[in-house]
Amino acid sequence: MGVVTLASAFGDTFLAIGMKRLGPVSLTHPDALLFALRTPWVVSGVLLLLVWTACYLTALSWADLTFVLPATSLAYVAVAVLSRFWLHEQISPARWLGIALITAGVGFVTQGPAYTPRGSIDSP
Amino acid sequence: MMNLSSGPAVAAMIGAIVLTATAADVVLASAMRAVGDLDRIKAEHGLRGAIWAVVSEGRFLAGVAFSALSFFSLLFSLSHADVSLIAPAAGSLTFVTNALAAKWVLHENVDRRRWLAALLVCCGVALLKH
Repeated sequence: MGVVTLASAFGDTFLAIGMKRLGPVSLTHPDALLFALRTPWVVSGVLLLLVWTACYLTALSWADLTFVLPATSLAYVAVAVLSRFWLHEQISPARWLGIALITAGVGFVTQGPAYTPRGSIDSP
Repeated sequence: MMNLSSGPAVAAMIGAIVLTATAADVVLASAMRAVGDLDRIKAEHGLRGAIWAVVSEGRFLAGVAFSALSFFSLLFSLSHADVSLIAPAAGSLTFVTNALAAKWVLHENVDRRRWLAALLVCCGVALLKH
């Protein structure tokens, strides 16, 4: 689960670095996106997102969707922290609050079992 | 012709993203449930066997198709509305619709703890993407 979070966060950040170095892509020149595929940052970003997909699918093979989704949402937090300290983006207080809420949600769900039997009655 | 920047049109676009993203997650989860524990399959049949077990599952391909649909509806909506509206709305709503779909479609045991987690993450994502 840690690999899922880190691969996704670093993948997104690499893509962001690559695309920022490239400059804004105009909608009238979509071929600029093909050029983007040749920059090393974007290539490593795409590779990391492939790793993310593999880990995400593996997690889904042994855990419930309602367990995997909140747990992998820690990636949002990791992206925010990476962009703050690496890309030097500004993070507003509202975003820090968002980070706190996501972390709390993940804390809640990981205290329970990862996999529950099908069709059983909800525990109160 | 309908104005694609109007409120109802944007709401419909967000709805389309959320619906296709939820469908993708639910179908993928159901595919992986059908495939079984990948770590065990990998131990028995190697990495190639594990990859084959996933890609030969029809629902996996359907899940990938829904993901692509979701991605293109996102791209389409971004050309008509602001990313600061679309991204938080679609991202956070998907957590709630996924919890509902997991309960009704996948029959997962969504207890109070998981509802709370889905709601907290939903609010958190909405705040984060603003």
